[in-house]
Amino acid sequence: MTRSNAPLVWSLFGAGGVLAALVGPALVFVTGIAVPAGILMSHDLMSYQRMFGFAQSWAGKIIILAVIVLFLWHAALRIFHMLHDFGIHPGVASKLICFGLPFLCTVAAFYWVLPI
Amino acid sequence: MSAQMDKRRPYVRSMNSWWKRDPFFVRYMVMEATSVLVALYAVILLVGLLRLSQGEAAFNGWLGALESGPSILLHVLILVVFLYHLWSWFKVMPKTLPMIFVNGKKLPADTITYTGVLLAVVVNLIVLIILV
Repeated sequence: MTRSNAPLVWSLFGAGGVLAALVGPALVFVTGIAVPAGILMSHDLMSYQRMFGFAQSWAGKIIILAVIVLFLWHAALRIFHMLHDFGIHPGVASKLICFGLPFLCTVAAFYWVLPI
Repeated sequence: MSAQMDKRRPYVRSMNSWWKRDPFFVRYMVMEATSVLVALYAVILLVGLLRLSQGEAAFNGWLGALESGPSILLHVLILVVFLYHLWSWFKVMPKTLPMIFVNGKKLPADTITYTGVLLAVVVNLIVLIILV
């Protein structure tokens, strides 16, 4: 029997789903609405110095990677199954797009955050 | 389909728009479709990370883009989608978890859903309080 990578992908899907529910709405509100529009929060919260300092710490790196990578893999599995629901059956092309792109983004996220 | 089957011309019910046939399927599709904006938000953050790694000027450009009207409107939409994700995630959780028994009785689905939603609301508020 060939080994399946389904449990790995499903774990990432589940972890991403939980994280998106637990912190997603708050993060979107802060990074996309409150800070850019200056509602309730100051622009300084996301200033270059603060974000750079955050990304320099190991805790910051782990949080940044967890949010980006897990959100992406969570979405990837859903989009993969959604394509199936719309009649695009699992094949090399849909797997390349749904799992190849998040894989590249994962590598890129590590590549960009680790040297900071 | 083989040529022989074509000759018989069997009736094959179309699967086009199957999910519009039943409100339950529509809700399922809306839940699945939240993933598109979750992915978009992750990509927006990933671009922010790239710009952060490129220096202050690059990062300020990304911040400037976030301040534009269309970006804020988009994030309002993303926020709505994340809130729907929060709800739907715990709505289906009773079906995805193994059955839980308390004092020999099956834990009701609503208990699991509302406990999860409450937990998520509290964690989101804690994140907001930390950041304010």
